[in-house]
Amino acid sequence: MSETTEDQNVRVAAICDQLITLEGPLLPILHEVQEEFGYIPDGALQTIAKKLNLSRAEVHGVASFYHDFREEKAGKHVIKICRAEACQAMGADALGDQIRRHLKVDWSQTTADRKITLEPVFCLGLCACAPAAMIDGKVVGRVNADRILEKVGS
Amino acid sequence: MSIKVYVPLDSGSVALGADDVASAIAAKASKAGSDVKIVRNGSFGMYWLEPMVEVETPRGRVAYGPVSTDDIDALFEADFLTGGLHKLYLGRTQDIPFLKSQSRLTFQRCGIVDPVSLEDYRANDGLTGLENALKMTDEEIVKAVTDSGLRGRGGAGFPTGIKWNTVREADGDQKYIVCNADEGDSGTFADRMIMEGEPFVLIEGMIIAGLATGATKGYVYTRSEYPTAIDVMNEAIKVARAAGVLGDNVLGSGNAFDIEVRMGAGAYVCGEETSLLNSMEGKRGVVRAKPPLPALEGFLGRPTVVNNVISLCSVPVILEKGAEYYRDYGMGRSRGTIPIQIAGNVKHGGLYEVGFGLTLGEIVEQIGGGTATGRPVKAVQVGGPLGAYFPKELFDTPFDYEEFAKRDGLIGHAGVVVFDDTVDMMKQARFAMEFCAIESCGKCTPCRIGSIRGTEVVDKLERGEQPELQIELLRDLCETMKFGSLCALGGFTPYPVLSALTHFPDDFKPRALDIAAE
Repeated sequence: MSETTEDQNVRVAAICDQLITLEGPLLPILHEVQEEFGYIPDGALQTIAKKLNLSRAEVHGVASFYHDFREEKAGKHVIKICRAEACQAMGADALGDQIRRHLKVDWSQTTADRKITLEPVFCLGLCACAPAAMIDGKVVGRVNADRILEKVGS
Repeated sequence: MSIKVYVPLDSGSVALGADDVASAIAAKASKAGSDVKIVRNGSFGMYWLEPMVEVETPRGRVAYGPVSTDDIDALFEADFLTGGLHKLYLGRTQDIPFLKSQSRLTFQRCGIVDPVSLEDYRANDGLTGLENALKMTDEEIVKAVTDSGLRGRGGAGFPTGIKWNTVREADGDQKYIVCNADEGDSGTFADRMIMEGEPFVLIEGMIIAGLATGATKGYVYTRSEYPTAIDVMNEAIKVARAAGVLGDNVLGSGNAFDIEVRMGAGAYVCGEETSLLNSMEGKRGVVRAKPPLPALEGFLGRPTVVNNVISLCSVPVILEKGAEYYRDYGMGRSRGTIPIQIAGNVKHGGLYEVGFGLTLGEIVEQIGGGTATGRPVKAVQVGGPLGAYFPKELFDTPFDYEEFAKRDGLIGHAGVVVFDDTVDMMKQARFAMEFCAIESCGKCTPCRIGSIRGTEVVDKLERGEQPELQIELLRDLCETMKFGSLCALGGFTPYPVLSALTHFPDDFKPRALDIAAE
């Protein structure tokens, strides 16, 4: 059912080959790997390390530094709610509480049915239409809990 | 001839439904047999009117807003395609008071042009600054930028011309222009707006920076939270390459310059220039100790200009109209214009570009129109999550680098976040520490450990455990972070904390009731 590690390595290696000529290719490679698989598979670290002449630990260090890179697949839908000050001024804390209660998850968790991942985000640049959220990559402003939940069918 | 209808592609407008409005207009027009051409423009930055739809008429562009899909039928009935009256009718765009009272130099074309049309850009005097720069020596360009008084708009306020001169004089086969578009401060969206609405002005500014310093390669490092800005920038770069604006032979001058967009990965600290450079190099976004300055040893150890988006976007108008023209705006040592971003709990939120010198009160109450909730303003945070909270008593502070510093604040990237009287300032102080803890790169101890201790101290204060002692401890901790941190994240987190403590002491009294656990 799932692809073999061998297949995965081939795909990761192909991404590396495509981007290796960039100046500072590691972040673009990690983004592309996440785009391809939905997360950074553990096995990809070794393949990337070999291609870039780095240690696996170095690649792991970079991947784990950035909030964007996932160690496991996200749920079917990803809700990112802005928790920064401009959105706080318009009730983002209460919004976050409502959503967490409804979905029965905390920040950066996925619901038990793997349907929805809830993530905090610190500013989407939508500070004049707060509170703001990003649902499956689409931005929404002046949002409330009902609208967010409706968009993910929950 | 088809009628031009403008519906912004700006993320803020899209977040309020602009995509659906654009489709609804297109569908209705095709059903009605009207010949309509929809242009997806940038936003003028009046977010309480977004999605704002404009129609080109013989008397100029007229605006309607805020438009929702439910309004489309009525708009067609009111004959909005010829500028007909409707309850959402706002008159000519250029006459809207919020826009008319601004001094738009940096954002002069944002909203007006099709963002990825180089013809539109040229038709509105775009590339004139670059053409002038091509006739000047590198020294003359640097002098013009220095004389204009332009200072770094990312927050540090360092004179742009001086930075450029350091790179110009540095030895190196390869130099770089890095545009810091990692706009992570809450309350700020100027970088996003201009990248989405007028990307060519950034490209033009970066090429001029390249000519002035001898750099031939530019990078725009922006945020993964800004997908539309990335798409528009990439498209504009493609158009600029095809037109010979970028490439081996910029406008036939024999000078080479090219630009690449790089995407961050959700780390706030990468807005700090040295951690940004590390991130671009494919490393953890950890802050570097200075010296060496990035101007001498920057990206891949080579001489590098790192400038904020707005700094670079202000360069073309300086080269187009001259240093004096730009310098004549502003006050004191803060010259030129500043795109103020008014956000949070405010009635008229948006972007307002004006010469330095308006008071905070004018910005919040007159331009912003007070709170959106209609309640009294209690606090205004200026300059992002590392900026101070100002009470109403300090509303006479002029918007100026030095004047804000005098009152223990900073203008940062010029974000102004308004809070009404329901805000709990102790909670805001705790959040500042919590945010610092989440985003700390971990390199220096005052930031990495201090921020965690900071949240604990505020928690104790909230529980009423020896409150006087906790306040003393919090102030002492802030001193340590301020003077002991490597970069502005740890170094400036004390600003929101101390300002909250100083100006709103009543909020730091122990709570009688247990606040609901977070």
